[in-house]
Amino acid sequence: MIARRSLLMFAGLFVLFTIIGLFLGAANISLLLVQSFAYALIALGLNIQWGYGGLFNFGIMGMLMLGGAAVTFISYPVNAQFWGSEGPLMLGKALMAFLAGFLLVWAARHADRIGIKGRWKTFVTIIAWIVAYIVYRSQIDPAAAYIETAGGGWVGGLGLHPVLGWLFGGVLAAGVAYVVGKICLGLRTDYLAIATIGISEIIRALLKNMDWLTRGTLTVSPISWPTPIPQDLQAQGVSISDSFIYARLGFLGLVIVILAVAFFLVQRAYGGPWGRMMRAIRDNHIAAGSMGKNVTRRQLEIFVLGSVLMGIGGAMLVSFQQIYDPGAYQPINHTFLIWVMVIVGGAGNNWGAVFGALLIYITWMISDPLSQWLFNNVSNWSTDMGWGAIPEIQSRASQMRVFVLGVVITIALRYAPRGLIPEVVKREA
Amino acid sequence: MNELIFFFNNVVVAGVVLGSIYAVGAIGVTLIFGILRFAHFAHGDMMTMGAFIAFLLAMAATALGITTPIVPTGFLVLPVAMILAAFIALGLDKGFYAPLRKRGARPVTMLIASIGVTLIIQGAIRLFFGSGTYSFFQTEQKQLIRIPVPLEGVTRTINFTQPQLLMVLCTAVAVLALHFFLTRSRLGKAMRAMADNADLAQVSGINTKLVVRVTWIIAGSLAAMAGTMLALDVNLKPDLAFNIVLPIFAAAIVGGLGQSYGAIAGGFLIGFAETLAIFNWSVLLRPIAGALPFELPATLAVVPTEYKLTVAFVILVVVLLWRPTGIFKGASS
Amino acid sequence: MALLDIKDVVGGYGGAPILNGVNLAIEQSDIGVIVGPNGAGKSTTLKAIFGLLKVSEGSISFQGDEIQNSLPDKLVPRGLSFVPQEKNVFTSMSVEENLEMGAFTRSDDFRPTMEWVYEMFPVLREKRRQPAGELSGGQRQMVAMGRALMSQPKLLLLDEPSAGLSPRYVIEIFEQIVKVNKAGVAILMVEQNARQALAFASRGFVLATGKNRFTGTGQELIADPEVAKSFLGG
Repeated sequence: MIARRSLLMFAGLFVLFTIIGLFLGAANISLLLVQSFAYALIALGLNIQWGYGGLFNFGIMGMLMLGGAAVTFISYPVNAQFWGSEGPLMLGKALMAFLAGFLLVWAARHADRIGIKGRWKTFVTIIAWIVAYIVYRSQIDPAAAYIETAGGGWVGGLGLHPVLGWLFGGVLAAGVAYVVGKICLGLRTDYLAIATIGISEIIRALLKNMDWLTRGTLTVSPISWPTPIPQDLQAQGVSISDSFIYARLGFLGLVIVILAVAFFLVQRAYGGPWGRMMRAIRDNHIAAGSMGKNVTRRQLEIFVLGSVLMGIGGAMLVSFQQIYDPGAYQPINHTFLIWVMVIVGGAGNNWGAVFGALLIYITWMISDPLSQWLFNNVSNWSTDMGWGAIPEIQSRASQMRVFVLGVVITIALRYAPRGLIPEVVKREA
Repeated sequence: MNELIFFFNNVVVAGVVLGSIYAVGAIGVTLIFGILRFAHFAHGDMMTMGAFIAFLLAMAATALGITTPIVPTGFLVLPVAMILAAFIALGLDKGFYAPLRKRGARPVTMLIASIGVTLIIQGAIRLFFGSGTYSFFQTEQKQLIRIPVPLEGVTRTINFTQPQLLMVLCTAVAVLALHFFLTRSRLGKAMRAMADNADLAQVSGINTKLVVRVTWIIAGSLAAMAGTMLALDVNLKPDLAFNIVLPIFAAAIVGGLGQSYGAIAGGFLIGFAETLAIFNWSVLLRPIAGALPFELPATLAVVPTEYKLTVAFVILVVVLLWRPTGIFKGASS
Repeated sequence: MALLDIKDVVGGYGGAPILNGVNLAIEQSDIGVIVGPNGAGKSTTLKAIFGLLKVSEGSISFQGDEIQNSLPDKLVPRGLSFVPQEKNVFTSMSVEENLEMGAFTRSDDFRPTMEWVYEMFPVLREKRRQPAGELSGGQRQMVAMGRALMSQPKLLLLDEPSAGLSPRYVIEIFEQIVKVNKAGVAILMVEQNARQALAFASRGFVLATGKNRFTGTGQELIADPEVAKSFLGG
């Protein structure tokens, strides 16, 4: 029954996309499709963390930013000026300082091995943190200042293939997720949510202000595509309008392939013993723990795995948009939106997550032109009535989608708390 | 001596002002957490909304000529704004939270619901007001107060603005009023009882619905106060809210969720932490630069200014991990 | 007309019913004691009276009015009070504030009642400004009972008042309960210390699997060899 319902849902979605495509034109709809499917991968990641693991990760934005930074670093052309300057050397020293600080803190935390315990250990650890921070800052500050002025402006990229960048995005997200998970996953659910929001804000502040690494608000562009860009096709004689369509479809194809592979792997795992164990932990982790399952390890696994997909998805989006702008990331667009996708689509069900991603993203994106159209009409009407036009329609209309998103969350929580394609709970016969 | 005054202006005055805003906001968050047991993420937007209501009222008052030279119009209309905000808060609960509570929703569901409310309020504010910046001081001047220090060789004055002074006074009044309410009045004690043990409160015959309503009234009006204060100090923008929400949560958590006094302490702690972290210590060390074994750089701050808010986030994460019950041992699990 | 009349009550927390037809009647002067093995539905009966769970069949009448499935805060003004077994004081509030909370539903001057409670439990007067959480188990139980008495109830429901108390305090608590009853408050309590409690019960009810097994005065039940064998440990 669920299968038939989900088939209907997807059919409806297909119809919706077609209708919108007719209004917006093939070039625009293909753009929206690429982004929707990238978000579908990210939603799949969240579904793993929340739907399977019961983990409330509200730091998705951080993971997306890391993915974007990763692909920027890997695929952007090499900045020869940087490599030819003192920059790499100074960064190397800063890295050493970072490692030294890390070791210092690690040693302090394990000071009980050499007999320093309790209050003294806390004191020593705090001193270690302070010293590590000072040492790191003493190296990184001059390095950053140098790179930003004489060292080529920023570190530049490595000039490698974008797909490598996507993979690195997954790896980077996994690494950070591992650290975050190790320290945070013991928190109860709503605290974990708040902690992850805080951590993603810290990541955002860092990436936005480290001009030497990411160019910060100056942004990095153009970032290359793994598939031919429209301009390449135009060079081969394709018409301008067609080139956009075909190029984007090419990118879309790659995204769908990656999504399909991830989807298949996750579905397989979900159906097997690993998935059953995960669900047992999610539903009653106290019982599962008493049965000998290493709950914390499993939760960490899930957290990292979900983050990998988020990192790859974030990297894909940045590659597609061809620009990395740390200042443009916002929790609304990059965390809450995905949560709505999974809640509305159906938590615990991978098809639901993908469905939710496509539906919510398209709704999110057409709210803007739709409300502009609405505002324009109301404005014309009010002008006719002698009240004058509505000012700033452009920016106000784009805010409408924030409002709509809030309404969607509210309605979903009230009337369909398990989502439109909810989890299929198999009854073991 | 001049350097000390510089320190005083930039750390003490700024810390007290910021701390007051955080404290008043954090009280609302902590009360809601203690009595309704969920993290009310929409508090920041309730603050923004309160500030915009005050702004509209102030414009109306100015247009009607109801102004005085003693206080900025923003403060004049504050009580009315607070009352309106209280009503809106009650409406929010009735429309969004109470139905979920009745169904026995988990705290996390309520958190997500409050995120929905955040988005609705933010969207609505931007729809009406656009995304520009507004100021309470378009028609009147912000009065600066300079207090000269009667010591030799001192050229700097202690500076603060009149709104800042009024803000601190308002905070003190609000805190005192809250204190008396919670310790002397029957309803206030009933609130504490419900935060302590909701089941026992109900069994004792306490009208829990009434307590919930009073909680929203207090939280809503304090949010309006905090938001207006912030807008009077800086300026009014639709996203006033989001930058404030996490530091306020940090303050509430540091002080112990559910503990009003803890929230106040937490607010000032976070406020001072921020001002101390971005303060340029080299200014203070300049007089003794000669005696130092190293060269004094031009700026010596714990974190660069851009990371001011990050300080609050770091404190939030550290407290959540290290001591989630906060200093005053509030609720944890 | 009995003060409290429970007829054929069936109820539970939502799944299978825990009470399967319980009958019980208490007069104003009674000390009623409910005993029985674990899971018999003793505490559940008290909670059913106080509206803390759903009664699906049967009726509970107080002074002639049906009260089953009422909200707890409506029952306190009627003259019922409940002392839960656990978490029965406001730990962060002072002893005196705890008592004040018991009087929340009253609109008149409750200070005479507070005096009466302090007379009954002198140690509370000593510690009136201390947070209730700092008191010992026995003292906390007194605070809990004091709080319940502040609303001047006609019927006091007690859920295992002697649980977790040292033997000295158990005796003291039972003595206080008798004193309270002599002052005009009907008592209905659930107890694990069956023998001790039944010793001064004017009505005893033995429950098992949600149904009545034996009913009689306390002395009768203690003397009954069948009851003694099954429920009082011989």
